[in-house]
Amino acid sequence: MSPHREALQAIWLTVELATLTTLVLLVIATPIAWWLARTNSRWRAPIGALVTLPLVLPPSVLGFYLLVALGPDGPLGRLTTSLGWGTLSFTFSGLLLGSIVFSLPFAVQPLQHAFEAVGRRPMEVAATLRARPLDAFFSVALPLARPGLVTAAILSFAHTVGEFGVVLMIGGNIPGQTRVVSTQIYGHVEAMEYAQAHWLAGGMLLLSFAVLLALSLMKRRRGGVMP
Amino acid sequence: MSGPGTGPAPGPAPDPALTRIRLQVVRKGFELAVDLELPATGITVLFGASGSGKTTVLRCVAGLERARQGLVRIGAEVWQDDGARVFLPTWRRPLGYVFQEASLFDHLTVKDNLQYGLKRAGVRDAGPALDAAIRLLGIEALLWRQPAQLSGGERQRVAIARALATQPRLLLLDEPLAALDHARKQEILPWLERLRDELSTPMLYVTHSADELARLANHLVVLDRGRVKAAGPVAAALASIDNPLLAGDDVGALLSGRVAERDARWHLARVSFDGGSLWLRDSGLPVGHAVRLRVLARDVSIAVQEPQGTSIQNQLPCTIESSAPDAHPSQVLVRARVGASTLVARITGRSFEALGLQPGSRAWLQVKSVALLA
Repeated sequence: MSPHREALQAIWLTVELATLTTLVLLVIATPIAWWLARTNSRWRAPIGALVTLPLVLPPSVLGFYLLVALGPDGPLGRLTTSLGWGTLSFTFSGLLLGSIVFSLPFAVQPLQHAFEAVGRRPMEVAATLRARPLDAFFSVALPLARPGLVTAAILSFAHTVGEFGVVLMIGGNIPGQTRVVSTQIYGHVEAMEYAQAHWLAGGMLLLSFAVLLALSLMKRRRGGVMP
Repeated sequence: MSGPGTGPAPGPAPDPALTRIRLQVVRKGFELAVDLELPATGITVLFGASGSGKTTVLRCVAGLERARQGLVRIGAEVWQDDGARVFLPTWRRPLGYVFQEASLFDHLTVKDNLQYGLKRAGVRDAGPALDAAIRLLGIEALLWRQPAQLSGGERQRVAIARALATQPRLLLLDEPLAALDHARKQEILPWLERLRDELSTPMLYVTHSADELARLANHLVVLDRGRVKAAGPVAAALASIDNPLLAGDDVGALLSGRVAERDARWHLARVSFDGGSLWLRDSGLPVGHAVRLRVLARDVSIAVQEPQGTSIQNQLPCTIESSAPDAHPSQVLVRARVGASTLVARITGRSFEALGLQPGSRAWLQVKSVALLA
């Protein structure tokens, strides 16, 4: 395969992985963040810590445990095998699962802060205007927390693009399946192909900068009065 | 509807037109136990210092908080009855709630805010209901704005209209003016008076402001540390002197009357009430306009003969009804009947004795100053 096609393949896979991770994360992080923002339960602190864990854990540690869990003798591996899916380690699905776990705090935290900033009052107001709880959540709480939702999506996407350790541990480096940009760069450097590494690394640098710039511009605009 | 032995006093069966609120809330350092029967129309003011439990009562009526033992019945509709294991969640209670701070949804325009409850309340003739609420609060010009572009007073008017548009059985207002400055309060009070006079929806209005109480209340409930200290029609409650609800300079009577006459030369207006009339500064209201007058006890003095040669314009023949010691030992509060109305005077104990006043004595009240409330 030409180096050109290899690069495109890795970029495409990265975008696909990051997009899917972001979508899944928004769906599962929203209820978690809502619960963490509103509950008085004594489970709040331990669950909060658990969700934040991927933020501080070395990716290789996380990747290692995931690899063991997903392997043929691991609990998740047994489950997926019994469901007829085979083992997920060294597959795209396994990579997706790893990315979701790895980026979970990046989705939960902005959402949780947004829900906390919205407070309880708007939900109470909605209830006095006859909105059922679920209706009130979608018509009031979620729209008011939109900035947090956008931040969560962008951070999840960017963080997935930037992951390396987890990918290497549970995905290996299989072209077209689990070889994403970050592992591709690693491969180029190992093979002393600095020119190709430069292209990809430079692209990543620009992309990351663009994402952060967009985020901070958005935050500034939100301060204005006009919608 | 109350079971045997649950009522505070034996008597005839409760009037189904009335609202009954019986609540018991126990929290750390706070206990609330109230049992209220409220009239089916007009504004009932829940009055008391902060921490007296006013807002808790309102939140329990709305179902935003749950009383441990409670009965909330609006006419024949039961919203909560722990004896019968009935508890409707807030969204199933046909009520309107106006919160202390502006509570408009910032992500919606004024119009969409107004329609939010309307769409969900299943109001028949939603269009006319909305138009009526918009007209009643005078917010026609604001419909396409965002809440962030409104002043504090405008936001509260929109919030009131939004609550009214759902055609609630009961409108709850939790210190709706407390977050506003004096000028904004004066801007909204006339709209609230208009609601009181034009709507049949009963309102439960929480405040700690004597001014709002005097201007708005038809019925008064005074709360003190979680207990009902007094309840009844506002004029009678305010004229009570044994245990004055309002302290110090706020002690005084409330009279309802109409502008009877205007004197263009001296810029005065005569307001007649049940039992007499009083001259006061002409504020431009037309003859026939209904007004409330607040006559503070410190502005009323007593003479045993018709006063002659005095600059005081208002002299009312009266019958002394009772007296009670005031906060300072030198003074007494005296209740005096003028026709069907009651006024309160604050005089020294020495004068009271020197004039030989007793319940039943005929005397004259001299009223130095009268405040017109709208």
